[in-house]
Amino acid sequence: MTSLLKIENLHVNVEETPILKGVNLEVKAGEIHALMGENGSGKSTLAYALAGHPKYTITEGTVELDGANLNELDPSERARLGLFLAFQYPVTIPGVKVADFLRHAISNIRNPDRKEGEGLVPMREFRKELKEQMGSLDMKTEFARRYLNEGFSGGEKKRMEILQLAMLKPKFAILDETDSGLDSDAVRFVSEGLTKLTGPEMGVMIITHHERLLQYNIPQYAHVMMGGRIVETGDVSLAEEIHNEGYTALRERHPEAAAEQEQVEAVTQ
Amino acid sequence: MSTAIVTPPETFNEAAFNAFLEQRDDPEWIIELRKKAFAIYNEKLCEPLDPEEWKRVDLRIFQPDKFALSADKPAGNKLDTQLQGEAEFKGQVTHENGHCTSSQIDASLVEQGVVFGDLSALVHTHREILEPYFMTKAVAPDRDRFAAWHAAFWTGGTVLYVPKNCSVEAPLHSLIALTQAGAADFSHTLVILEDNASATLLEETLSGDENSPGLHLGCVELIVGKDANLRYVQLQNWNQKTYHFAHQAGLVESNGFMQWTVSALGAKLAHVHQDVVLNGRGSIGEVNGVTFATDKQKISYYTQQTHNAEQTRSDLLYKEVLRDKSRVVWRGMIKVDKKAQLTDGYQRSDALMLSDTARADAIPGLEIEADDVRCTHGATAGQVDEEQVFYAMSRGLSRYEAMHMIVEGFFQTVYDRIPVEAVRKTLSDAVVQKLGIGD
Repeated sequence: MTSLLKIENLHVNVEETPILKGVNLEVKAGEIHALMGENGSGKSTLAYALAGHPKYTITEGTVELDGANLNELDPSERARLGLFLAFQYPVTIPGVKVADFLRHAISNIRNPDRKEGEGLVPMREFRKELKEQMGSLDMKTEFARRYLNEGFSGGEKKRMEILQLAMLKPKFAILDETDSGLDSDAVRFVSEGLTKLTGPEMGVMIITHHERLLQYNIPQYAHVMMGGRIVETGDVSLAEEIHNEGYTALRERHPEAAAEQEQVEAVTQ
Repeated sequence: MSTAIVTPPETFNEAAFNAFLEQRDDPEWIIELRKKAFAIYNEKLCEPLDPEEWKRVDLRIFQPDKFALSADKPAGNKLDTQLQGEAEFKGQVTHENGHCTSSQIDASLVEQGVVFGDLSALVHTHREILEPYFMTKAVAPDRDRFAAWHAAFWTGGTVLYVPKNCSVEAPLHSLIALTQAGAADFSHTLVILEDNASATLLEETLSGDENSPGLHLGCVELIVGKDANLRYVQLQNWNQKTYHFAHQAGLVESNGFMQWTVSALGAKLAHVHQDVVLNGRGSIGEVNGVTFATDKQKISYYTQQTHNAEQTRSDLLYKEVLRDKSRVVWRGMIKVDKKAQLTDGYQRSDALMLSDTARADAIPGLEIEADDVRCTHGATAGQVDEEQVFYAMSRGLSRYEAMHMIVEGFFQTVYDRIPVEAVRKTLSDAVVQKLGIGD
């Protein structure tokens, strides 16, 4: 069976403010989707809501992963079902070594019924796998001993997200602006890293408002968000159009959504 | 109790003191010191305690007459020590309910002139080494009521003496245990490093079971000579029915180095007065503190970093994690004498709150009389960052597992300052155990 992430009529509030107003989207394993849109269109809200951030409340609609309703599940349960979010702003956890963190993470993902304190993936097996993945992402092994994201450069943080993706091997990966704030070398590193990981087993949603990441990972589908909804869906040529011409034409095609987006921006700023 | 009280508790009054002297076999010079201290104790009881040190410590729950010194030497219970087995020790001293139940030292150390053993025995045989330092320089009996009380009734304790130019590479182990309900331990730890000597002493305190109330009224004196190097660790892990009071002070001479690690995991009520006194030019004192308070524990520290000479450096880092209805108080002070120019003093306390019902007070302070110094202090207190929890959970960690990892990470920055692997591991294991992971 091909895995399916199904988002249906999703409405999400951030605190009291409605941000998503009915998102519909289906991602199948093996597909790459690009999700584009201006700041405030709701892209990152969708990412956080899918991952289960406590500040993002689903008020209507459902998210299903292979038929399992995610709405009421906590972030850990969603992760164990195979959902992964590469953060736009990866969080620093001082004093926690990358290797320890990852070993706990993969132990839970690979044994979803695992309780705290129960056995971890054997050290030798884990080390071997980590070393291989770090090698293929061209990361120095000393990263494994560093504290999670502490003192990391922007590019290092993003590469760490890709490493986690590689280790956790989710069914669905959402990459939230993984290319933002990086110089072109760093974009190349994360893009090539991602290319190695994608395949028929994984569905990918790349959130971006640039097209750089998409040059390396060509999407089958491109979606544009505006005012908390997906207003257009097309193929890679839609992404190219936005890259070349910006959002002006899109706003003219969808005046209502554009107006709502401006309203939300006014509230949240 | 912090106010003056006229009558001593029944178990520590004159009759009890005389009976205590009777049952001991102390040499005359010690008996004289005890008698002087007992007189001071009675005077000090009539004086209020220093409010600066004691106003945040609620002593009303402490009833000293519920505890008494035991004349009976225990048979030597099997004790669930944390450090044993974590490292190879070249010497080991155990005290139980105030009595020394075992004492060993490697023959190679004896040959080098190292003395390691029980204070009660060594006052007979090593007066010339002990007398110049025993409660004369680091902690004097007239400091306050608790110091005098200890000086009159001390029960034993671990002594480490390392002669000049002698380096003891392997760590030594001291264990202090309370194994009987109502028992009291007044143990005295005395470490003397002569010039250019070095040593590591790991000390731990524990209770025989979870429920027996106990009292520890201790004293730690650390004397670090010129160019000497001491690492001293005290892991306080009493049960939560035990009262823990201690005066602890370390003196460091020129270019000496003292690294002092304290952890507070146990006790119902603990108050430790910890002094680092840098007496010699270029001396260094480093202090690491790990506190993890849960339930209704009350843990209080009063720390002083005193710079009495030029180019001295002190560096104190305390990390506290609080859960449930626990309370932690840290009052810290850096004092710089006017002749102590070019000193570098640092103190910092960070508290991580796991419950809304816990409370942490951190009050750093500076008293600086010299005009060319660098002194920095800071204190933070905060909840676990929900963004960190969310991030870890999004990688499959359960909420508790994420919190526990964040707590361990919080302490890690102190562990990183501790060079002894056995201590890092023991602390980390003790924290994990107290977190209840796997329950």
